[in-house]
Amino acid sequence: MKTDNNRAWFLILPVLLCVAFSAILPLMTVVNYSVQDILSPTQKVFVGTEWFRMVMLDGDLHSALLRQLLFSGSVLAIQIPLGILIALCMPADGWKASLALVLIALPLLIPWNVVGTIWQIFGRGDIGLMGYTLNSLGINYNYNGNSLDAWLTVMVMDIWHWTPLVALLCYAGLRAIPDAYYQAARIDGASRLAVFRYIQLPKLRNVLMIAVLLRFMDSFMIYTEPFVLTGGGPGNATTFLSQYLTQKAVGQFDLGPASAFSLIYFLIILLFCFVLYTWMQRVGTGDQK
Amino acid sequence: MARIELVELAHAYKPNPSAPTDYALRPMSMSWQDGGAYALLGPSGCGKTTLLNIISGLVKPSHGKVLFDGKDVTQLPTEARNIAQVFQFPVIYDTMTVHDNLAFPLRNRGWKEAEVKKRVQQVAQMLELSGDLKMRASGLSVDAKQKISLGRGLVRPDVAAVLFDEPLTVIDPHLKWLLRRKLKEIHHELKLSLIYVTHDQVEALTFADQVVVMTQGEVVQTGSAQALFEAPEHTFVGYFIGNPGMNLLECTVEDGQARVAGQLLALSEPARAALAGAQGKITLGVRPEFVECVSADQAGADTLAATVLAVRNMGTHYLAEFQLGGVTVAAKLRAIDAAAGDSVRLRFPPERTLYYLNDKRVA
Amino acid sequence: MMHHKLKSLVLVAFLIASMLPIYWMLNMSLKTNEEIVGVLSLWPQHLTFANYHTIFTDPSWYSGYINSMIYVALNMVLSVTVALPAAYAFSRYNFVGDKHLFFWLLTNRMTPPAVFLVPFFQLYSTVGLMDTHLAVALAHMVFNVPLAVWILEGFMSGVPKEIDETAYIDGYSFPRFFIQIFLPMIKSGVGVTAFFCFMFSWVELLLARTLTSVNAKPIAATMTRTVSAAGMDWGVLAAAGVLTIVPGALVIWFVRHYIAKGFAMGRV
Repeated sequence: MKTDNNRAWFLILPVLLCVAFSAILPLMTVVNYSVQDILSPTQKVFVGTEWFRMVMLDGDLHSALLRQLLFSGSVLAIQIPLGILIALCMPADGWKASLALVLIALPLLIPWNVVGTIWQIFGRGDIGLMGYTLNSLGINYNYNGNSLDAWLTVMVMDIWHWTPLVALLCYAGLRAIPDAYYQAARIDGASRLAVFRYIQLPKLRNVLMIAVLLRFMDSFMIYTEPFVLTGGGPGNATTFLSQYLTQKAVGQFDLGPASAFSLIYFLIILLFCFVLYTWMQRVGTGDQK
Repeated sequence: MARIELVELAHAYKPNPSAPTDYALRPMSMSWQDGGAYALLGPSGCGKTTLLNIISGLVKPSHGKVLFDGKDVTQLPTEARNIAQVFQFPVIYDTMTVHDNLAFPLRNRGWKEAEVKKRVQQVAQMLELSGDLKMRASGLSVDAKQKISLGRGLVRPDVAAVLFDEPLTVIDPHLKWLLRRKLKEIHHELKLSLIYVTHDQVEALTFADQVVVMTQGEVVQTGSAQALFEAPEHTFVGYFIGNPGMNLLECTVEDGQARVAGQLLALSEPARAALAGAQGKITLGVRPEFVECVSADQAGADTLAATVLAVRNMGTHYLAEFQLGGVTVAAKLRAIDAAAGDSVRLRFPPERTLYYLNDKRVA
Repeated sequence: MMHHKLKSLVLVAFLIASMLPIYWMLNMSLKTNEEIVGVLSLWPQHLTFANYHTIFTDPSWYSGYINSMIYVALNMVLSVTVALPAAYAFSRYNFVGDKHLFFWLLTNRMTPPAVFLVPFFQLYSTVGLMDTHLAVALAHMVFNVPLAVWILEGFMSGVPKEIDETAYIDGYSFPRFFIQIFLPMIKSGVGVTAFFCFMFSWVELLLARTLTSVNAKPIAATMTRTVSAAGMDWGVLAAAGVLTIVPGALVIWFVRHYIAKGFAMGRV
């Protein structure tokens, strides 16, 4: 049981200082910019909610948002089941398990720009294995020129990159299930499918919640990998929200609207996560009635 | 209901076991009556869970056979053996209702729904779970969940034996006796064979007709609670059973007498005969319940000099500790005159004093 | 069991597909540029280590690795050090605003890095930390500290409070208790946390590149300038890429036992 003790704040202080420095101060800047028109470093005019209105009505933003939702939804729909499948196929212990763990986790430890570079090379028709193979099979594959090809490549790259996270989380969750459950299932004459449905899946609930939350958040914020791979193109076919924001902030140097959008961006993610988190908590506490 | 026989059963981790320590379960043969309640008692790591798992089929033994009613089931998988097993913690299907939990084994075996419902209600009533059938299993208390675990085993009419692996471990103490009583009721009513693994001697002695005491992979004695108490065949049994356990004193034999803690003690005729020319470690065992304490002036050939270390009033009796040479002897006494520091003499009644050669009883 | 074979098959198929792009890059790194653009081969026809040689001898390349490793190590140490007492507080005490604080910490993890781009640039320029390893380490703490607190709190909650109380009765002061008794009990938790801090800091590029220019430039930024007069230096680029995977592979090899155990004991 926890005890009440306000002196715990002293223990929190270091965290507060470090994170506040790097998080609150910049955020204050963002809020500051979002309500001002910056004509020059010395000339700033308060414009209230004008930027917010402008951003919300921006057609480019709507397209980017739709693309982002489509992207996040698709990759999540594939990564989660695939990750569970891989976790189910991994050995429980022994040297094989260690080797499998290391190999599976490898894509997670590659700097994100290198991830983009790997797939950039891999997909090229001239020097990349995938591009070359696809072209020699008669498929006209070009991720630089063809929007669909670009989309598919970006999706495959993200699935390649992040499924291991889901797989590792699920693997750990599976290891946590005591043997007795499997033994009892055998005694009860349960089929393989029943074991998955009634024992493994329910016990993976917590892990899956973490996996879905993390993956949703991260895929919604994705920037480096698609940027290196396609640069957002062709055109803006693969320009997702973070790139849209960066273009606005750094490219066009429209700090006001960019800041306004930053806040909206952050709030969208926050909202989704809050809803997801609450929903899954409710499903959880439904068990405890 | 099944008669369970274990024939030359052993389990070793390595393929060619040579030393006793290579075995998780040392070679043993045993036969258990149909409908009996047995307890496997021993400390952690003694092999009792291994033995249980071999009987249930979760582990295949490296040597020997398991027979149910004369039929060799050693190679049969668990689900073909008509047994049920209850584990240390409740194993239930969280997403199902209590009813569905109990119905699961029957549905898997292709029973018709009407039959399933009837049987489930029967078992639920026996376990006092009838009111909870519609509830989600995961929301119940721990002891209710253990009842569900048990119920899933009982729901199959062809179940021959129910195996328990320390099932009351996670139950609150004040609920333990309720569940134990329920188990006895079920045993009485259904006349199933029950095999109960525990490290708690109270549980074992109150639950079972016969207790199998194990240590380090070896079955050291099988018997009723009384037999184990009065005539332990192994020093381990003497030490493990009883609270406090038997006093075990090393001794040597000299001229037909025992030298214990530097003093001489008379041996009874049978003891003298059994120990004549004995080679090996000789241990004298006497239970605290039988140790007598007499005043220092009542010396005799069957008493030993000792000093009182401590006397505690336990309510129903006194628990006294004595210093006898280099060892401590405990005694449970109705009354005691002496206090700490006094010199007294201890009497070990010959008919209650047992002798062990290399830990095995000889007299 | 038949489905045992099926499991192995699926796993091996997935691993092959997963390793293929990495293998391809390794393949390229051992070829000369001429061979790369000339003919597509599954393994180098003329094996060469020249690309790796370039990286190990050219300071503009290997300094990138060193810089990355410095700020990642710095971040790991800072994040874990700062998160430990905080996680302890969350795990053991109720205090005013604790739930809100915890949630606020998590929200930092949910902020898109792109949002911080310009503000960070201005902030760190103002305090004179621009282009330092410390700057990147601090910036990365925004995401790593919440994760560290979250994971550590989960592990700490698994240690019974009785241990704390016993230690105080035995006369331990809080720092002594924490270091000598508590920390060893959550060893694997600290390992898992350090691993995740390493991981997220090592792979993050956007902020690392924004906050550095010359002195603390990470390897990822260096990799973007491999175009020379003779065309794209594919071989060196591929070699650089392969070398960025090595530290990660080593780290995960060392913590492989803790990953499954650590995940299982922690929040999951």
